[in-house]
Amino acid sequence: MSKVKVAIIGTGNIGTDLLVKIQRSSVLECFLFTGRNYDSPGMRFAANLGVPLSDQSIDAIITDPDCCDIVFDATSAAVHLVHAPILKGLSKFTVDLTPSLVGEMCIPVINLEECLTKDNVNMVTCGGQATVPIAYAIASVHPDTEYFEIVASISSKSAGPGTRANIDEFTQTTKDALIKFTGVKNAKAIITLNPANPPVLMHNTIYALVGNPNMPEICRSVKNMEKRIQEYVPGYRVTLDPVYENGRITTMVTVVGRGDYLPEYSGNLDIITCAAIQIAEKYAMREGAR
Amino acid sequence: MKDDILLFDATLRDGSHAVKHQIGIDIFAEYCRQIDDAGLYCVIVGHGNGLGASSLQVGLSKHTDEEIIRAARANLKTTRLGVYMIPGFGTITDNLEPAMEAGVDVFKIGCHCTEADTTREHIEFLVKNNKETYGVLMMSHMVTPEVLLEQARKMSTYGARGVVVMDSAGAMLPDDVKARIGNLSRNTDLLIGFHAHNNMSMAVANTMAALDSGASIIDGTLRGFGAGAGNCPLEIACAILQKQGKLSDVNLYKLMDICDDIIEKKLNYTQGISTLSLISGMSGVFSAFSEHVKRASVRFGVDPRDIFIELGKRKVIGGQEDMVVDVAMNLSQKNKIDDTSYLLESLL
Repeated sequence: MSKVKVAIIGTGNIGTDLLVKIQRSSVLECFLFTGRNYDSPGMRFAANLGVPLSDQSIDAIITDPDCCDIVFDATSAAVHLVHAPILKGLSKFTVDLTPSLVGEMCIPVINLEECLTKDNVNMVTCGGQATVPIAYAIASVHPDTEYFEIVASISSKSAGPGTRANIDEFTQTTKDALIKFTGVKNAKAIITLNPANPPVLMHNTIYALVGNPNMPEICRSVKNMEKRIQEYVPGYRVTLDPVYENGRITTMVTVVGRGDYLPEYSGNLDIITCAAIQIAEKYAMREGAR
Repeated sequence: MKDDILLFDATLRDGSHAVKHQIGIDIFAEYCRQIDDAGLYCVIVGHGNGLGASSLQVGLSKHTDEEIIRAARANLKTTRLGVYMIPGFGTITDNLEPAMEAGVDVFKIGCHCTEADTTREHIEFLVKNNKETYGVLMMSHMVTPEVLLEQARKMSTYGARGVVVMDSAGAMLPDDVKARIGNLSRNTDLLIGFHAHNNMSMAVANTMAALDSGASIIDGTLRGFGAGAGNCPLEIACAILQKQGKLSDVNLYKLMDICDDIIEKKLNYTQGISTLSLISGMSGVFSAFSEHVKRASVRFGVDPRDIFIELGKRKVIGGQEDMVVDVAMNLSQKNKIDDTSYLLESLL
């Protein structure tokens, strides 16, 4: 089967990390890497890989719609609001890596099949990709969970201008995803950027309030979830198995990046780009089978 | 004449940390009612880490942001009502919009001192809605004056009216403050504020250093009621500024009363300099007179602060404890006069 053609809009940290991962894919091939500035670090990086480039952002796709079947949008939430209807008009399967919430929220390990039927899927946030599956694993044992709270801390160096400009959507969308996927009534997401040097690994804590928790079952469920995520995010680790103390369940997760575009500390890139590629590859394989 | 120095009172925000975010709603209401006409610029209320920060991570607040804002709003007529928010904890939809609707006047948007661009959306949103907005740079001891300026300039381009520099760990010495605040004031048009912590007993000295270097906003708390070692006690900063003749609009006795009635008695916070210690310093009277003054005040029904001020006017020295009774007796015979004017007059 020939590879399915994809385009990436947005040449920042996320777009460039996606590109490196697509280079390894056996089902996807990048036919367009498009942004606004040939001088950006991502663009220069892509030029060295010999990938077709454009500085016309989405206009490059509008003028040559056949260049791709799948579009990854790694711009910003506000920009994706403009892009979404255009890409829909062009019938592109769109994987949105901004926290715009235009399309169906997608956490591959939870709702991949459902998302394959949509034309636009939203990859939530890196914090959401790292923590929502754990909350989901706990909620599947305890649908009576009263409250989830997650704290995601990422290194400042791995948060590019787009992520910073979207910190509000990032926080709100992560919270919304917690509620949507677990059915809990109330949830909270806290995001911190840590400027420490050398940069810190992406670190996440998931708190849950549960009346009488069945800890052995919760641990099993969480460990099982960890294994399933590792299938597409190799650096995903539960570093503190669920513990019950002070009336709350605490679980901690670290994501070590593969060091594709940015070094290992940028697990926050990997967790969302790996999830995006997971859904795109599944979509490509399904289309290929038709 | 209006004073050039703006007093931001963070007692009901930073103080929240000191009592694990368990300040009762009646305290918010009572505090705001009492302090409303004391001459402060704004009173900032809420969870210690600001709007949206009530969490398992930091600590759950006894009351919701909404309840706190409503109680404060109902009791502030003159002094502006302010809130604080750190992007990443709170959001525009969940926190800023409801606060705007509830009638908050002043917004402070904070972040770690290297991450100003995470405040852009929030500052721009508030400015677009014509809200008085300040940026806040936390943990400012961790960066050089140059980096701090770069970050403050970003907040300026987003539309912030000013920037409050926080020494969140109480780690700065006066020279550190002068370097940072001086660099900001020489190179931006922003109003500059300083928020001290007292971990090395430098909160007041640092606040004064900030004012000397071009800051015009003091961001402090009554009795220093705040996280850890506490903050710059506003009443002490005011006392110093009155002594220096730089502040006239503030009712110092009122601030002291609230320190005693609410911070000390109702909130059981006993750190910090007591009212009598402060007035003793302000009036230049031997510290060991305190017990004598307390006794005389009870016996003659006179405000102990007035006794200290009068003793200061008479330039009593150690060994003249007998003068305490003499002064107290005389004061008790005087007609009751307005406390502020008496205080100011006595200092001249």
